[in-house]
Amino acid sequence: MKVTPDKYLTYRYAGASGDFNPIHLDDEFARSVGLPGRILHGLWTMAQCARAQGDGLKLRSLSVQFRGMGVPEQEITITTTADGTVEATQGDNRLVRRGKAVIRE
Amino acid sequence: MTTAVYAVGREKVREYAHAVGETDPRYLDPDQARAAGFADVVAPPMFAAVYGGPAVFPAIMESGLDFSRMVHGAQEFTWHEPVVAGDEITTEAELEETSERGGLQFYVFKTTSRNQRGELVSEGRWTNIVR
Repeated sequence: MKVTPDKYLTYRYAGASGDFNPIHLDDEFARSVGLPGRILHGLWTMAQCARAQGDGLKLRSLSVQFRGMGVPEQEITITTTADGTVEATQGDNRLVRRGKAVIRE
Repeated sequence: MTTAVYAVGREKVREYAHAVGETDPRYLDPDQARAAGFADVVAPPMFAAVYGGPAVFPAIMESGLDFSRMVHGAQEFTWHEPVVAGDEITTEAELEETSERGGLQFYVFKTTSRNQRGELVSEGRWTNIVR
């Protein structure tokens, strides 16, 4: 599955989720704490990993490890192998590794 | 242990579904959700992060970890009964373990969420890393 977060996604996700950490909303603040600019919410990226598994109501469990920081306006690729291993990458940057999805029978 | 009660609103579920790109009509359309056997729109699985957040944030504050140097290291959810608009979800959060590896401190918080009937809806493990 491929998805490109648009320029304003982090604001919509902040409103939807209640996570208004300025590292997701304010480029200047994000740079002041050593980030390249505002970054995606990890839990939004995890929600893409969940969405990539098909019927969300059949998902029994999902675990992920967050690695690189995702950024807006660059395509993300979610891959799932037959044994349920999930990864999310954005260019050369691995956002999620060693994900594991379990689907209900 | 910290506890938070979250009232699941229909428009919040729809807003969340749109923000994460979910298009399943059971998340968005009350009529289609009812036709599928649910009382109202169903929360997408990762909505667990939304109703669990208000219990986890105070647990993080209570643990005394250095919030300014915290990054979200890992996350795990296990889902049980579905959550629908109109439900009231009570989440208990507690610090499950702390450890140190390679100069990083790991704080693992566990959440348990139940609906107004006391049925288990999800469990979460939230791993935060302090650099």
